[in-house]
Amino acid sequence: MNLLIALIVGILFSASLFLMLQKSFFKLIIGVILFGYATIFFLFTVGGTTKNAPPLISPQEASVEGLADPLPQALTLTAIVISIGVQLFVIVLLKKVYEEVGTEDLDDLNTTDRI
Amino acid sequence: MSDILTPFILLPLWVLLIAFIFCILFWKYAKVQAVIALTSAAGYLLSAVWLFLAVYQDGIQVVQIGNWPAPYGITLVADLFASIMVLISAVIAFAIILYSLQDISAERKRNGFYPVLLVMVFGVCGSFLTGDVFNLYVWFEVMLVASFVLIVLGNRQGQLEGSVKYVTLSFISSGFLLTGIAILYKLTGTLNMADLSEAIAQHPDPELINLATVFFLVGFGIKAALFPFFSWLPASYPTPPISVVGLMAGLLTKVGVYALMRFFTLLFTYDLPSTHSLLLVLAGLTMFFGVLGALAQRDFKKILSFHIVSQIGYMIMGLALFTPLAIAGSIFYIVHHILVKTNLFLISGIVKVTQGHYLLSKLGGVYDRYPYLTLLFAISAFSLAGIPPLSGFWGKFILAKAGLEANRYFIVAVSLLVGLLTLFSMSKIWVSVFWSSAPGEAKGEFKYDSRTLFKSHYLLILSSVFLTLCTLVLSFYPEALIALSKRTAEQLLDPQIYIDAVLNNNNN
Repeated sequence: MNLLIALIVGILFSASLFLMLQKSFFKLIIGVILFGYATIFFLFTVGGTTKNAPPLISPQEASVEGLADPLPQALTLTAIVISIGVQLFVIVLLKKVYEEVGTEDLDDLNTTDRI
Repeated sequence: MSDILTPFILLPLWVLLIAFIFCILFWKYAKVQAVIALTSAAGYLLSAVWLFLAVYQDGIQVVQIGNWPAPYGITLVADLFASIMVLISAVIAFAIILYSLQDISAERKRNGFYPVLLVMVFGVCGSFLTGDVFNLYVWFEVMLVASFVLIVLGNRQGQLEGSVKYVTLSFISSGFLLTGIAILYKLTGTLNMADLSEAIAQHPDPELINLATVFFLVGFGIKAALFPFFSWLPASYPTPPISVVGLMAGLLTKVGVYALMRFFTLLFTYDLPSTHSLLLVLAGLTMFFGVLGALAQRDFKKILSFHIVSQIGYMIMGLALFTPLAIAGSIFYIVHHILVKTNLFLISGIVKVTQGHYLLSKLGGVYDRYPYLTLLFAISAFSLAGIPPLSGFWGKFILAKAGLEANRYFIVAVSLLVGLLTLFSMSKIWVSVFWSSAPGEAKGEFKYDSRTLFKSHYLLILSSVFLTLCTLVLSFYPEALIALSKRTAEQLLDPQIYIDAVLNNNNN
């Protein structure tokens, strides 16, 4: 299970970076989305991936053996909300750039870099 | 910790948040929003002064949100460094909002310029004050999303193109940050910075911490525009209106620098020779390549943007040397740089008002026409280049002295060379914009003489004069800030003070 998750995270990271290095706007959007997923998935696995009861335990029986840590899951929720917001912004931004500049090649966005 | 003291930290945040809510309520009335923004900026400035005085007199102020005890709940901490940064950000926010009243077009104001600007300052202030790494990530996102909107507001082609680069790289840096946080949490089981500091110091296997260190270095490095991650800055900063550029140039990259300084003094000090040598190398490369970029440019705003990069190098140099004097130099340099750099952008905006251009080849003859404007520029430009007795000289002097004391002669040589090149590229602006007689195509195109310029754009000039006065105070009375920076550096270099303040104040 852990090996599988590690592989998935690795594939997500590498695929997203590969896509973001391409020239097309669309691949950039997909890359950004996958990159968000990769970080979120990584954060999620930090808490442990054991399948068990929810960690509602009384202070007396303070054994957390076999329970997943709920904190990273809470952090994951926050991170999901934030990254969805940014992803939507990227999509709208690129649509606007496409309308305004009339290209979908990232290499054409170079007017600001000219000396 | 008594309850009377708690509002000190939250007050600056409350002021900005409430002002933002009121701006939203008056969404359709841009003039009301402007009044709210200016009032709240003044309120923010006052509360920042109050916070600073409280920290200066009574030591580190801590608030546990919701009264959850320290390692579990979210903590807001104001130590000297944080409160200095909040204060300086308030000065900049006030000057910028004053400036924007006459600089920003009515169309942009109608589309929510002021609410977004307030949210960005809110995020900046929160990033300075938080004492929890995940909370820091959230504040960073608040600040970044607002800055995305500010940079693209107005939809000019340059803005759109610049913001694609800015948004993508910022998103990647946030992802790295989040990954770093996940690793730190896995290794130590805590997110509170004070608790992390103890946990990392006692961690049996510092090699593993290295992994998190690299993620944070890259994440914050992109935000602070360190070499080799700075390419987004000159691509996106020169595109939006001057008020926005001034605010971002002054505050955003400095939040990255602040985070680097916080993390590499409080948390990642387990292996100084390797981490801080790496930082030193990056600092040297950042200064050098930043200034080389500036030399190649022929546009007022682009030259200034590349200078931000090279100045970031000086701040990181002080951090990397890691002696009390060097850290004090960094803090002095940050304060000086924020004031001077913002002011230079504001002045470039005033020059644009008079001649309608940023290209050096189309500008000229400003000295003949507006001698006082030239004086404002000269003070800031020569301060940036480090001509004594202006404030940049003191910052560079302290850093060079600290470098020599630490026997790092090479980085001192690089910093002095970069100072010389900075002077060279500043004199390029000086010669072609201010001294030369106006070039042919621009001749007779001055829209105002000295008096009508002031009459029609008095707020632009007033806010620039305000920042220039701050620079002059720093230049002629540097002792106060140097003493304060030294005290701050001692506080930063002794994490135990921070840890005690956060962890031992739980029982309120």
